[in-house]
Amino acid sequence: MTPPRDVTTDSGIPVAIVYTGDDLPGGEAALARRLGRPGEPPFTRGPYPTMYRGQLWTMRQFAGYGAPEHTNERFRFLLAQGQNALSVAFDLPTQLGYDSPDPMAAAEVGRVGVAIDTAADMADVFAGIPLDQVSVNFTINATAPIILATYLVAAERAGVPYRALTGTLQNDILKEFLARKAYLYPPGPSLRLVTDVVEFSSRELPRFNPISITGYHAREAGCDAVQELALTMASAAAYCEAFLARGLGFDAFAPRLSFHFATTLDLFEEVAKLRAARRIWYRVATERFGASTPAAARLRFFSGNSGTTLTAQQPLNNVIRSTLQCLGAVLGGAQSIHVMGYDEAYEIPTEEAVTLSLRTQQIIALESGVTRTADPLAGSYYVESLTDELEARATALMADIDALGGAAAAIEAGVPQRWIAESAYRAEQQLATGERPKVGVNVYADPGAAAEAAAAPFEVDPMVGERQAARTRARIAARDLRQHISALLRLADDTRAGRNVMPALIGAARAGATVGEMADVFRDAFGEFTEPAPW
Amino acid sequence: MSPGGSGPVQRSWASRDGRPEAGPSGLPAGGLPPRPARILLAKPGLDGHDRGLKVIAFGLRDAGAEVIYLGLRQTPASIVAAAVAEDADLIGISVLSGAHLPLARQILAQREEQGAGHIPVVIGGTIPPEHADALRALGVEAVYPVGSALPDVLAGLLALAGTARQGAA
Repeated sequence: MTPPRDVTTDSGIPVAIVYTGDDLPGGEAALARRLGRPGEPPFTRGPYPTMYRGQLWTMRQFAGYGAPEHTNERFRFLLAQGQNALSVAFDLPTQLGYDSPDPMAAAEVGRVGVAIDTAADMADVFAGIPLDQVSVNFTINATAPIILATYLVAAERAGVPYRALTGTLQNDILKEFLARKAYLYPPGPSLRLVTDVVEFSSRELPRFNPISITGYHAREAGCDAVQELALTMASAAAYCEAFLARGLGFDAFAPRLSFHFATTLDLFEEVAKLRAARRIWYRVATERFGASTPAAARLRFFSGNSGTTLTAQQPLNNVIRSTLQCLGAVLGGAQSIHVMGYDEAYEIPTEEAVTLSLRTQQIIALESGVTRTADPLAGSYYVESLTDELEARATALMADIDALGGAAAAIEAGVPQRWIAESAYRAEQQLATGERPKVGVNVYADPGAAAEAAAAPFEVDPMVGERQAARTRARIAARDLRQHISALLRLADDTRAGRNVMPALIGAARAGATVGEMADVFRDAFGEFTEPAPW
Repeated sequence: MSPGGSGPVQRSWASRDGRPEAGPSGLPAGGLPPRPARILLAKPGLDGHDRGLKVIAFGLRDAGAEVIYLGLRQTPASIVAAAVAEDADLIGISVLSGAHLPLARQILAQREEQGAGHIPVVIGGTIPPEHADALRALGVEAVYPVGSALPDVLAGLLALAGTARQGAA
């Protein structure tokens, strides 16, 4: 017999049957002083004074598949459905610097996102979409500087000035090593490329977020809320050190940093986590980096609901799971939100599922009334107590990461990767023993449901890869060879000389260089990274 | 190697503890105990979702198997070559990018080419039911789509590895 388990949150914080004012340090009066108001330091209650009364969150559904024209079609569909921003998913070859004709790309072209080989492809993705009016999120990391260059060239061709562009480049390479695993070069040179983008962006792209520092993927890969907070903040600190070493001023770049968290199913813990995140960042920004303006210490974030909480069994249950998670993100004060398709355990979501995800957000925004007031859960004994506890635990874990030499050193040694893999294993064991109930999986299971619901999965046209490869070959053949070669030589020179690579990348993209060619210049200069063993 | 006990799977990992006493040659009196199942795990292609594969690796390790963890971005040729070089009893691959059909085809073709037809191939990942049937028809020994229970996957892999080893002996 195992002893009865203590009641805890998903990340193991003990939960009492009831909370009172005595659970708050210094009582309720002290709480009011500590919290402040929304839009005021330490921003626990939200980054802006009026929150959703002033502006709703951005409903940003991640999309992209096939060739550029397919993604263009889905983007136009999403805009027509009332979505107000775009988020581009790239296929794996694009994320890892292989062109569609490359044998390494063969089975993957256009599969998990759109294939981008050249700036002309990027122009096709956004054909007919006003880039100065729509904010665009790019989920791209190892090849982020290259993809940004192709986007800037697409904007040039559409006659949109750089200064008018809004959106976010994910550009968070540390979490690739940590969890998402689409890394390319070793951590050191990778951090240099991230810094090049941020430096360039601080001069040329005043309305664009050049990095989104994310704990989402570590959470999806298995870690808990405390680890998610600590790893995100430790990574943010590592980036800030790198940007400062480049000579950028904290108050200048910090207001454009954006964050990305998962929102999973433990509703109150997740709300508390998001509130704690703002408070921790305020402290890191002011105490460690000397932020002197509120904007430099105000955390803004994008929330994605968790794909790993969704189940292949009884997939319609996922609609309810996603609704709860979207609600958590709203109560936690998110600036932009993505809701998963209920069928994503199987395939790229169908159009019906994508629409339902958007409707989930719209119903919460327009019908539930939760947006009427800022930070509605403030003062809840339980939520405030959880917020304090998560802050304390995450701060302690950040100190552990600092003791390992900071996020980059810890990641290079594979330490947090092991934490993540081990907690994923524990979670799976708890699912197997029933210790962690999952409706439709280990309780109320219905063996027939899964097979039924996946009757018509979304399929990518199998000819997409070949057509895209042929188009890229034709574009390569049509290039001005002299321009192309001199642009790549300049990129190689700037890379080796330690100059900011962005101007040379833009030149290469203009000259028709492919994503693979530009990535190869970096591969030659930096080498490729291999992950340490999982145990 | 003669079958016995409660089956190949049980035998292979239970034997790690209770090794027989050494005979005069220094080898165990009753011959070497059967070695644990050797299972090679890899992610073919460019997909980086390795949460599931690592969970399987930890589970197999704790069940006493020897795990050869190749990790990410392996080519079909390198996976099969490693399985042959490591004398693996089973190849387990995981694909969450949707590229399971072409990748499985390439791995099975490599298996023929490298004379490794005796090593079963098992695949897990985001695999719709009709694709699971297609994969089995291609010659994949077992398919574990997202949502498979960990104990079922571990038991299935160990049983297949045990059977494969007996067949090869």
